[in-house]
Amino acid sequence: MSTFYFIAFLSIFFSILVISAKNPVHSILYLVITFFTFTVHYILLNAQFLAVVNFIVYMGAILVLFLYTLMLINLNKEAEPVKPFMVKISAVFGGGILAVALISSLKSLGVSDPVVLKNPNLGLVKNLGKVLFNEFLLPFEISSVLLLSAMVGAVLLATKEKETKATI
Amino acid sequence: MESLTSTIQAVPLNHYIFLSAIIFSIGVMGVLLRRNAIVIFMSVELMLNSVNLLLTAFSVYRGDAAGQVFVFFIMALAAAEVAVGLAIIVMIYRNTNSIDINVLNRLKW
Repeated sequence: MSTFYFIAFLSIFFSILVISAKNPVHSILYLVITFFTFTVHYILLNAQFLAVVNFIVYMGAILVLFLYTLMLINLNKEAEPVKPFMVKISAVFGGGILAVALISSLKSLGVSDPVVLKNPNLGLVKNLGKVLFNEFLLPFEISSVLLLSAMVGAVLLATKEKETKATI
Repeated sequence: MESLTSTIQAVPLNHYIFLSAIIFSIGVMGVLLRRNAIVIFMSVELMLNSVNLLLTAFSVYRGDAAGQVFVFFIMALAAAEVAVGLAIIVMIYRNTNSIDINVLNRLKW
């Protein structure tokens, strides 16, 4: 039980560091640690498939993509322009108001039953695969089309268009 | 694994909801606070991840595997979103030589 609170504290701490780090590379590295704490949360919930997928997809693929983009973009020339102090204060205030509103409204809901794992092999690959390929077969195929179109769109957007500029 | 999962037996569902709400709010704060487009993207990833954690917690609480399948779809969507978004950021950098989002204020009003 205390493991959960320790990991939850680490999640909150490192996600605050993500948005407050000055250097974007540091903030990406803090995001890696935050995602690792989420992986530990999934393991604690016995969602083993999600833990592995979170490890591979988020920490492996998405954050490497972020790092590569940051290396393509040369940010060393000038530092990030800072917002005015009042804007910062109001941003923190707005986020804090959102957190307080969410927490207080959910506190009055009163769902304080403990999370008990009834079926021990709920999050295993075998069980999830059966659900995924029976009930969710159509969304699964549509998501493959989504990934293909995202790949084509990313390549199309990121390539230089010299020919079109020459014609204009 | 049995001894590991017995450690969560006493965590109330409320606390998962609070953790997700706090991390979601931190993501909103990051979107409002920063001007670097990549950091804003990372805050959006943080919000998506908090929702993933909440879906998994509810899935375990209800004993229903559909929630974890939803998390799988959200991860696929996040991968697609990051690929397209970072391509757009690279294109913006090529055209304006900065990734400050205040450069892109032509659609503001």
